[in-house]
Amino acid sequence: MTEPELLVLRGGRVFDPALELDAIADVVIERGRLTHVGAGAGSGLAPSARVRVVDVTGHWLLPAFVDLHAHLREPGQEYKEDIASGLGAAAAGGYAHVCVMPNTRPVNDTRAVTELMRARAAEVGGPTLHPIAAITVGQRGQDLTEMGELREAGAVGVSDDGVCVMNAQVMRRALEYAKTFDLVVIQHAEDHDLTAGAQMHEGAVSARLGLGGWPRVAEDVIVARDVLLAEYVGARYHVAHVSTLGAVRILREAKSRGLPVTAEVTPHHLLLTDAAVIGYDTACKVNPPLREAADLAALRAALADGTIDAIATDHAPHSSLEKDCEFAEASPGMMGLEPCFALLLGLVGQEGITLTRLVDAMSTRPARIAGIEPPRLKVGALAELTVVDPAALWTPAHSALASKARNTPFLEHELRGRIRATFARGQLVLDRLGSAG
Amino acid sequence: MTDARLRHLLSVSDLCAESATGLLDAAEAFLEVSRRPVRKVPTLRGKTVINCFFEASTRTRTSFELAGKRLSADVVNVSASSSSTTKGETLRDTVKTLDAMHADVIVVRHGASGAPAYVAERTRASVVNAGDGTHEHPTQALLDAFTIRRTKGRIAGLKVAILGDIAHSRVARSNALLLPMLGAEVCVAGPRTLLPHDSAALGVRSYDRVEPALEGADVVMMLRIQRERQGVSLLPSLREYARQFGLSAQRLERAAPDAIVMHPGPMNRGVEIADDVADGPRSVVLAQVEAGVAVRMAVLYQCSQDPDERES
Ligand SMILES: [Zn+2]
Repeated sequence: MTEPELLVLRGGRVFDPALELDAIADVVIERGRLTHVGAGAGSGLAPSARVRVVDVTGHWLLPAFVDLHAHLREPGQEYKEDIASGLGAAAAGGYAHVCVMPNTRPVNDTRAVTELMRARAAEVGGPTLHPIAAITVGQRGQDLTEMGELREAGAVGVSDDGVCVMNAQVMRRALEYAKTFDLVVIQHAEDHDLTAGAQMHEGAVSARLGLGGWPRVAEDVIVARDVLLAEYVGARYHVAHVSTLGAVRILREAKSRGLPVTAEVTPHHLLLTDAAVIGYDTACKVNPPLREAADLAALRAALADGTIDAIATDHAPHSSLEKDCEFAEASPGMMGLEPCFALLLGLVGQEGITLTRLVDAMSTRPARIAGIEPPRLKVGALAELTVVDPAALWTPAHSALASKARNTPFLEHELRGRIRATFARGQLVLDRLGSAG
Repeated sequence: MTDARLRHLLSVSDLCAESATGLLDAAEAFLEVSRRPVRKVPTLRGKTVINCFFEASTRTRTSFELAGKRLSADVVNVSASSSSTTKGETLRDTVKTLDAMHADVIVVRHGASGAPAYVAERTRASVVNAGDGTHEHPTQALLDAFTIRRTKGRIAGLKVAILGDIAHSRVARSNALLLPMLGAEVCVAGPRTLLPHDSAALGVRSYDRVEPALEGADVVMMLRIQRERQGVSLLPSLREYARQFGLSAQRLERAAPDAIVMHPGPMNRGVEIADDVADGPRSVVLAQVEAGVAVRMAVLYQCSQDPDERES
């Protein structure tokens, strides 16, 4: 089907806080770019073979989302997810950009894997895929990867995600070396000695369930150490999926001193506590683990005041092989791209979290952290926008998700806030708009 | 006999004071059966009990096997490995297979906490937890309660001290739930490295030395120290443990004069319990073993009634 040359989104709320834009307006998209934004901008255009007009009254038009942390499993574990299904899930979630973690098989520690991922994504179309390469060869925590070449091949950052860089000397050198190529170093903050045998957050629930505990302090000690190292070498540092109140405190202190430290939080760490694990629900086994109410409150406050910059999904698809088993055998991770916005929309208005902050945390800030041009709702910009129906109820149903995976405790839960359309690379990559006069 | 039907026994929290007492009362009758010359009743004739042990335990398996056989059930033992590296089949497939065999009761011992709950969600049979990882061992707690009641005449109002590796003990967890439910005052004690980080998590008082826990105790319950706890920064050595935390005759003097000493077995003599205490007049270890069969008969009986009988 050939796309019409002109698309008119008529009468929606156009919301781009970075432009201080919040108005009922029309948006005209012509050959992948925004050509008009304003009240009545599309009024002279009638539907035709060339022109598609959609009435989006009551909908919101937002800068498209940017995910800093997804696992698309290709190459190597395509039975869980692949780049096509993963980018489909991203489009369905309103994302124009997805940064993908290097824990593929083989690990993305070479130009060849980075290029393969990007080539595959280009073939598939949809949202733009940005590889995050490994910090160390094989994620083994010893030898640095060829970050210069990885940067040239298209990597936007480095991380040994899932494996913490435990050796302080290696971490220091990684921060120094990555700085040369302006690659952000993203740490999965977990002192593995403190989490040996861990299955869930260490607290009253783990004690009752008899599951090995992952203490908060295992995250805190790494964040504290890394902040000191980053300060010492003057490098950028980003903490993946912050989960503890202690890490929030350390980040707040670091930011108050002007250090170039950033952080992300997942929807599940903002919404669920360790109580969700009662009954040994493997869908709620994640790493870092779900914490307690005090952590939830600290994370929400940190999101509200910007101490935590970004929301990242940590989209971690698994098949039933990894989840339909004993808790100890289950792989950690939760899928997250498709329901992310709807899950978080429910937090707007609570604990100081505004829609402005939510859009900033899901789009502009993560883009800046990864060095991606942030999506903007202005004339001349590439069309990277998300159309949301904030009132629509929908259900992430077993039968109707783009991802291959179903590992989320929110499956079959009714949510409010439906993504109607996603534009990425100037193209309509998700279209649930229909047409209207 | 009280016929409070049990669908599953996965945790002591599946019980209330009334149903737990009902099980203990039923066990009294079954203890009498075990002491007869012909130790068999036809109660579960035609019923099938599968003992599914993913973790080796001759003691518990034998106890469940005798319990089933003395009730005339058909008892089958299945052993499998619960380690992911050596097992040939997933737990999911094992459960499907067992379910297809139409068992009435599946008794599960597994190295992973929560595994019996996983089985229970996927089978029509009743599931009895025979010990899961570091979670619970409800029939052990019931047999402990039974032994206490028989030797002390009551449970309510007694002071019970549970000593040893609390953090990793399913026996401690189940007893910390059951005995307070039946009116006992329970405390736990052990080195801090072997207590849960959140000392209030188990809902009972905890101490990092055994002496204050022993003070005036009516029941002293020792836990087995796993040798593999040494050297992973939990315990400097078994020798140090024996000296600082072991139950010696001297330490036992702090307990009530008529205190009883219990141990779920197998004992590490000279480690958590001194030889003379293990064999001393206060030890009720063999009474616990005898109680085990009777209590498991009561549990199997309650769990294997047909759905229409359950309502009564
Ligand atoms: Zn991670």
